[in-house]
Amino acid sequence: MAVTSAAVRERSPVRPLPAPDAPRRGAVRRQTHPMWFLAPAFAILLVFFFLPTLFNFVYAFTDWSGFKSAINPVGFDNFAQLAADGTLLRAVRITLVYAVLVALFQNLFGFGLAVLLERDTTLNRVARIFFLVPVLMSALAVGYIFQALLKPRGSVNNLLGIDYAWLGDTTWTIVVVAVIHAWKWMGLSMLIYLAGLKTIPEDLIEAARIDGASRARAFWSIRFPLLAPAVTFNVATALLGSMNGFDIVQATTGGGPARTTEILNIFIYRTFGQGLFAQATAMSLVLFLLVALLAFPVIRMLRRREAVL
Amino acid sequence: MSRFWTRAQPVAAIALALVVIGIPLWLVVVTAGKSQGEALNPDLSLPQRWQLLENLRQVWSDGEVPAAFFGSLLVVVPTVALLLTFGSMAAWILARRATRLNAVLYALGISGIVLPPAVVTVVLLLRQLGLAGSAIGMIGVYTGIYLSTVIFFVTGFVRTIPPALEEAAQIDGAGPVMVFWRIVLPLLRPVLATATILICLYVWNDVFYAFFVIGGRLDTLPLNLFRVASAGLYLNNWHLIFAYVVLMSLPLVVVLAIAQRKIISGITGGAVK
Repeated sequence: MAVTSAAVRERSPVRPLPAPDAPRRGAVRRQTHPMWFLAPAFAILLVFFFLPTLFNFVYAFTDWSGFKSAINPVGFDNFAQLAADGTLLRAVRITLVYAVLVALFQNLFGFGLAVLLERDTTLNRVARIFFLVPVLMSALAVGYIFQALLKPRGSVNNLLGIDYAWLGDTTWTIVVVAVIHAWKWMGLSMLIYLAGLKTIPEDLIEAARIDGASRARAFWSIRFPLLAPAVTFNVATALLGSMNGFDIVQATTGGGPARTTEILNIFIYRTFGQGLFAQATAMSLVLFLLVALLAFPVIRMLRRREAVL
Repeated sequence: MSRFWTRAQPVAAIALALVVIGIPLWLVVVTAGKSQGEALNPDLSLPQRWQLLENLRQVWSDGEVPAAFFGSLLVVVPTVALLLTFGSMAAWILARRATRLNAVLYALGISGIVLPPAVVTVVLLLRQLGLAGSAIGMIGVYTGIYLSTVIFFVTGFVRTIPPALEEAAQIDGAGPVMVFWRIVLPLLRPVLATATILICLYVWNDVFYAFFVIGGRLDTLPLNLFRVASAGLYLNNWHLIFAYVVLMSLPLVVVLAIAQRKIISGITGGAVK
């Protein structure tokens, strides 16, 4: 979840500063804004971000493991092996399903909360802070809380008077875990939607009401479309956050039952722990490519939807 | 607003907050106050005898909370300091010098917002550098991961500041270091506050990257919670797990209670403009 709130703002002024007489200005800038100011940041980025990423493309094609010291190139063997036993496709599918479910739930919950708590009453302010507590809590702690709540003889089953294995269902547990993930982050989405609702001028809605639009109509045809920047930000962060997810799944199911909630990062963590470094690297590369392939089109698509409005 | 909504909204808000947030938090507090036998199957009932303090004390020593707290601080504080200093230095130049090279560097600099870090190979690299399992290695990795966020934020902010202030200082003979330190950095305070809140949130609670980089050689709060819980789930020590959760979340809840306005504006800062 490294994406932060400014993601949507970028569509405003990113134009370079006006440079009336470029050459002279450039020479002056060289003295007043020296390039070496970039050096420390980019040195760290190079060593701790770009180099490991580059290594990903190398070591995914080797037999690097914890059992021997030599590292030899093996071509596509790791991928072939992961594809052959179905792990590759399954992990990718589970990660995508998880990401889509989280994006869906987190936005539904966040949007609902924002609409419910929109007015600036004291009660609503306090309620908003309540919903912000999970955002600040450790995801691991959130996972343990829900593991306890959802035990077969746990409180949720007691309250509902049923006997359902929430975290032991090979079909539906992934949905349950996605809801937990959404529960943790819905306060953040709520804040973004609240900020979005605040930016819409009242007179727009008044005008629509005078023109005879019903309250519901005014909401869905005017306010909702104007929330597009908030939607873009929330969907993008939820997708990225859940594709990089780990803690909540680890703390609730650990990838189970029968590995049906084993998203890529769980697989990477597990194989790394077993000393199968090359397989872990190969999956890490898969995650990298998956995010790179998906994130940019999704963000562009959402942006285009914004631009139409 | 219709009259019905005005009446129903407070009731709905209270009910929702109580059920959705209240029940999970209630479970944490009552279970953290129970004895091991009572907490074997955690439920919402009150403990027969509150022993919250005993549990907290046991976790404090068994979970090595002081060491973990210190370890977390040892990683978070330098990470934030490095990110803010180096991030805003780079962002200042990237925002003010609009050359083609800088456009490329900016794109590279913010790519980490989207792209996931290579967690496995970073371990290999740290071993080669002799930094594996050290606080310095961990600080480097976090800084590498979150620099993109800071650069993105601060560059956007610098572009909204008129350059006239800097020019005035330059005419008075101030060099770039002086201008940056005395003029630019103080102006960046709001955006740096936002960045600090977000980074602290991510780094303070992170276990995933810490698993790979630190791997048990340095205690941090989330890593120790994982250790306590992994042992506890096996031994059914729910009262200790939740005592640890209470202990670990308390500082954050206090910070939230005190600085909620700042945090809310920080998190939403610039999101929807």
